[in-house]
Amino acid sequence: MKRLPYLLPGAVFAVLVGYFAVGLTKDPRLIPSALIDQPVPTFTLPAIDGIASKGLAAADFKGKVSVVNVFASWCLPCRVEHPLIERLAAMKIATVYGLNYKDAPVDARQWLSKLGNPYAAIGADRSGRVGIDWGVYGVPETFVVDADGRIRHKHVGPVTLKVLDNTLIPLIKSLSK
Amino acid sequence: MSKLRSLVFALYLVPLVLHCLPAAAVQPDEVLADPQLEARARVVSKDLRCLVCQNQSIDDSKAALARDLRILVRERLQAGDSNAAALQFIVARYGDYVLLDPPFKISTYALWLGPGLFAFAGLIAVLLFFRNRRTLATTPAPLSAEEKRQLDDLLKQDAP
Repeated sequence: MKRLPYLLPGAVFAVLVGYFAVGLTKDPRLIPSALIDQPVPTFTLPAIDGIASKGLAAADFKGKVSVVNVFASWCLPCRVEHPLIERLAAMKIATVYGLNYKDAPVDARQWLSKLGNPYAAIGADRSGRVGIDWGVYGVPETFVVDADGRIRHKHVGPVTLKVLDNTLIPLIKSLSK
Repeated sequence: MSKLRSLVFALYLVPLVLHCLPAAAVQPDEVLADPQLEARARVVSKDLRCLVCQNQSIDDSKAALARDLRILVRERLQAGDSNAAALQFIVARYGDYVLLDPPFKISTYALWLGPGLFAFAGLIAVLLFFRNRRTLATTPAPLSAEEKRQLDDLLKQDAP
């Protein structure tokens, strides 16, 4: 008991070290979404000019599990994740929609015709306002929406194989039950 | 004559001081026509973090998202929102992290109260330390008879 005043600062320090050690493993640029479990924001977006895919609106999310991939032709990581988005769409476990963020139609058309268009529908968000309603602060971002139209998960940054296999696919499957 | 010289010297300092004022990234085409609304927009913007350059407010950041949010704040104010309502509009979309001042809620009690508590605990520790030192500095217990005899023997031995 006599040693307590000497052990206490050491113990407090150890607790702090624990918190800092955990904190250092976290990336401060990954901000959690404020919209988890909330319904998809109300919006209607036209299709990209000159493309066959139709536009996107909030009503499109009822009745099935969907994935919304926020992308742009000027975004390099979007190009990197594109094959995985195609893979996800090909699995047909969820409807994959695109949100074309602050992109000129001619650039978006060129990008999609060059790389392929995996999206069932694409909303052209030229001003970025709909992106703001979704809490988008960078590109790419990917959302998972359940059959009731509620946002259930947001992934910031490019989708990797690990994210696809460990997070997105299991989540989509569990939401589809 | 010396008063005039002091005045001229002071005037030289004016542009120097003005040059040191913080330069906001607000573009001329964003500035509202109504100066009161614009002033309110600046106040609200100062509280909002740019999520791209995360240590700057949206007023200071040159990022595209910061510009979009600045314009959005001005639109909300023009639509009749109060400062708090405009702020809440952004927080509803991006979460508490978009506020530069973390809100005072249960999840942030440790953040707000922690430093004060640590300082207080440190102060108590310092006070206790000095109080202990004072009690230690009192005169030692007087020698017992046995100890006195031992002391006398030792002194006799040492005497040349």
